[in-house]
Amino acid sequence: MEITWQTIAFAAFAVMTLGGGLMVVISRNLWHSALFLMLSLFGTSGLFVLLVAPFLAAVQVLVYIGAIAILVLFAIMLTRRMMGLEETQNTQWPAAAAVALVLFLILFVTVSPLVDEQWFKDIFGGDEKDSLGQRISRLNADLPVDTDERDENGELKVKPNDQLNFVTVEAIGEALVTRDGFVLPFELASILLTAALIGAIVVAREDEA
Amino acid sequence: MVPLWFYLVVSAALFAIGAYGALARRNAIAIVMSVELMLNAANINLVAFWRYLNPFEINGQIFAAFVFIVAAAEAAVGLALIISIYRSRQTVIVEDVNMLKW
Repeated sequence: MEITWQTIAFAAFAVMTLGGGLMVVISRNLWHSALFLMLSLFGTSGLFVLLVAPFLAAVQVLVYIGAIAILVLFAIMLTRRMMGLEETQNTQWPAAAAVALVLFLILFVTVSPLVDEQWFKDIFGGDEKDSLGQRISRLNADLPVDTDERDENGELKVKPNDQLNFVTVEAIGEALVTRDGFVLPFELASILLTAALIGAIVVAREDEA
Repeated sequence: MVPLWFYLVVSAALFAIGAYGALARRNAIAIVMSVELMLNAANINLVAFWRYLNPFEINGQIFAAFVFIVAAAEAAVGLALIISIYRSRQTVIVEDVNMLKW
């Protein structure tokens, strides 16, 4: 795989996401955790940009960083006495780390083509020709929307603009309000959000009298 | 172009990190943050599969948008509960909130 600007950007955003996420769970200061959460969410939004989902990237910044992370910061300030804890992990953290590690290894073996099929078959049996990871790895870049091929005049066959426009914000908005699209889930989600916010107000407000 | 499985590995790692945080942290707010990380990992997966498998369909992005909505609702209710618990028990340490335990 050659190194392109896309690979470099992917590496940068992946490091941002994972490093931020790691600091969220190991940082002793809860306030720093929340700030690292913002960094991690921002890295995820960068990954969305690389995946050509500009609408989701913008929503990620607006909703996650702008609303949820700020909400977390306010909750931390309201419970400020709890920030200076000496023990931030409970006594079962080695077991939790083991569980997380095993979970990651299982997922890695499943999705990664690096795992040799013979090795995989020796352990798990099965008559699939390839491991799942190898099948996933073949889903690569043979999409028409992302090719560097040029026609005889040296022009790109797929212009950068075409790539960016294959799912527009307009199309998303239309799908959310048409009957053939997603109007029912959309309304259900609205009701869920309204109910959740009303419930949050009721739960969190001080008892009068 | 970055192969699909790179995104899946990043997402798996983020999910594992979030799972560790949700299991090992004592502060309830930190647990909520870890759950947000796990939701984010799921979202990366959704968008990556949409992009590589079916980029001309819209449902992948819509599904990810619904995950945003659920995450917002979850954060609002979760933090409201934590603040309410803090008000009555003066703690946000999950081990100290054991009224329902017997």
